[in-house]
Order: sequence, then C-alpha cells, then structure tokens
Amino acid sequence: MSVKRDSFSLSFAVGAYGTAFGAASVTAHFSVLQTCLLSLLTFSGASQFAVIGVLGAGGSALSGIATATLLGTRNALYGLRMAPILKVRGVKRVIAAQVTIDESTAIATAQNSNEDQKIGFWHTGFGVFIFWNLFTLLGALGAKAIGNPSAWGLDAAVPAAFIGLVWPRLVDTKTRLIAGAAIVLSLALVPFTPSGIPIITTAALAIIVGWRA
Amino acid sequence: MSPQWIAVIGTSSLAFALKYIGHSVPESWLAHPRIQRINALIPIVLLTALVTVNAVTTKTKIIFDHRIAGLAVAITALVLKLPFPVIVIGAAVGSAIAYHFGY
Repeated sequence: MSVKRDSFSLSFAVGAYGTAFGAASVTAHFSVLQTCLLSLLTFSGASQFAVIGVLGAGGSALSGIATATLLGTRNALYGLRMAPILKVRGVKRVIAAQVTIDESTAIATAQNSNEDQKIGFWHTGFGVFIFWNLFTLLGALGAKAIGNPSAWGLDAAVPAAFIGLVWPRLVDTKTRLIAGAAIVLSLALVPFTPSGIPIITTAALAIIVGWRA
Repeated sequence: MSPQWIAVIGTSSLAFALKYIGHSVPESWLAHPRIQRINALIPIVLLTALVTVNAVTTKTKIIFDHRIAGLAVAITALVLKLPFPVIVIGAAVGSAIAYHFGY
C-alpha cells in the first residue's frame, strides 16, 4: 500500500538527519547519553538543534530550554489536528503525542480516508522515531571518535542544519523581511547580552508582526 | 546538575507537554488566527537567529571564520535544491577545507 511505502521512505530520509544532530550535539559538549535522551524524549528536530545550538554557543540552560520550547509550539497545533483523526485515549494518547511531529502530521493529513490517515500517522511517527534515534547514536559516536570538531567542519554543520530548516519557510517578501530583521536584531544584541539572549529575543519580532497580521 | 542535564530534562518535559496539550485541549483554545500567525512566524525568526549566532559569533563577539565557507556551500546547495544531508555534509566539507587553510 502506497501510504506505508511513503511513510517508510520519509522515515528513513528524515531519520538519517539524526546523524547530523548526534554529531552536532556532541560537538556542542553534550554527552552521548544526553544526546540520545534528547532524541528519545524531546523527539522534535528543530527544538533539539536549538537547545544544543544555544548551549553550544555559550548560552544558559534556561535560554536553551525557552528557545527549544518556542520552536515546539507548532507540535501543539499538530496535535490539535490529529486528535479528531486518531480518537485515542490513555496510554495510546501519550504515545500518539510523543510521535506528533512535522512528518507524521504531514503524511496523515495528505491522505483521503480516515483509515489511511491513521496508518500514515502511526507508521511515519514510529518510523521516524526508530531511524532518528538510531542515526543520532551513530552521529554521536562518530563525532566522539573524531576529536577536533572544527577540523572536520562540524561547527559549520550546525548553522547549515538550521538554514536547511528555515530556507523552505522563506516563501515570500514578508517572511524574508522578518528573517532579515532577525539577523540584524540577533547580531546587534550579541556584543551586549549573554549568549542565548540574542536568539530568544527575536521571538518578539514574530509576536509583534503576527499580532498585527 | 550541569547546564546540559537541566537543558535535556527541561526541553524534553516541555516538548512533551506541548504535544500532549495539542491532543487534549478543545480546538477553540488554539485555533485563534493570531496564535496561528505567530506560530507560523516563530520558527522563521528563531531558526534565522540560530543560523546567525552559530555561524558568525563566538561567545559575545562577531567573528567571521571558516564557518562562513561552510555556510556559503549550504546556501549554494539550497539554491540548487539539493537534499538536506548534502547541505549539511557540504557545509562541513567547505568549512573543514577553509579551516585547514588557516581561516
């Protein structure tokens, strides 16, 4: 069935990015265990990259958590869309919540029948979970074995991963302008504020622009 | 407890709470257009700031070094619509080459 095939190929492709996260996280001075726990428990790529990106740049735990959490708010909106499709309670709802991410929601909402929506959600959710965690471990162990991360370009892999995540969202003039404003604001704050603050402060831009439409 | 452990536990708990809330609250609570708009803009500003800070700053200084070469490769790969792993690996290779030339 094509929904299962789509789920599998997306799961493998996305899961493979876990290698980049594992390597980046170890480069940012998280241990292999901490890196794997982030993939198992947080299980949301952008939030995971954010928390290691903030702490790796010298930011506090609090600003790392705040940045990661703001990036995770979209998962709440995905849950909102998935709840009436899945209709699950108790332990099943806990599991469904944990695998509610960009990919599982995208595959599910692209299906026509309720049956296919459920199959797409669960297969993609579990598929990404398995591959993402497996590749995280491989990336973390690989980076651990490497030594000096700069010599292997791993310190550039982190901003490259972020730009890969944000690029598809820059779809029109408005989004490009607000991204430009985020660059200017974060750079302006870097010399005067503790690390991590320049990143989280840009959330104010989203709130101001989004509030007024 | 180290900042890394606090970050792992805090991020994981709140990430799950957000996911679970979505599955549990009445739709009207989160369906407000203003919340939807802000939610769509949040990743754009935070991810852009994360690119900026991780590419051209070290602690509280703005520093242009080998990472710029990596970023240039990443942007080129994105313009050419190459897949995500190529973007990340290409950036690492570009940056590593610049690093070995002493940047």
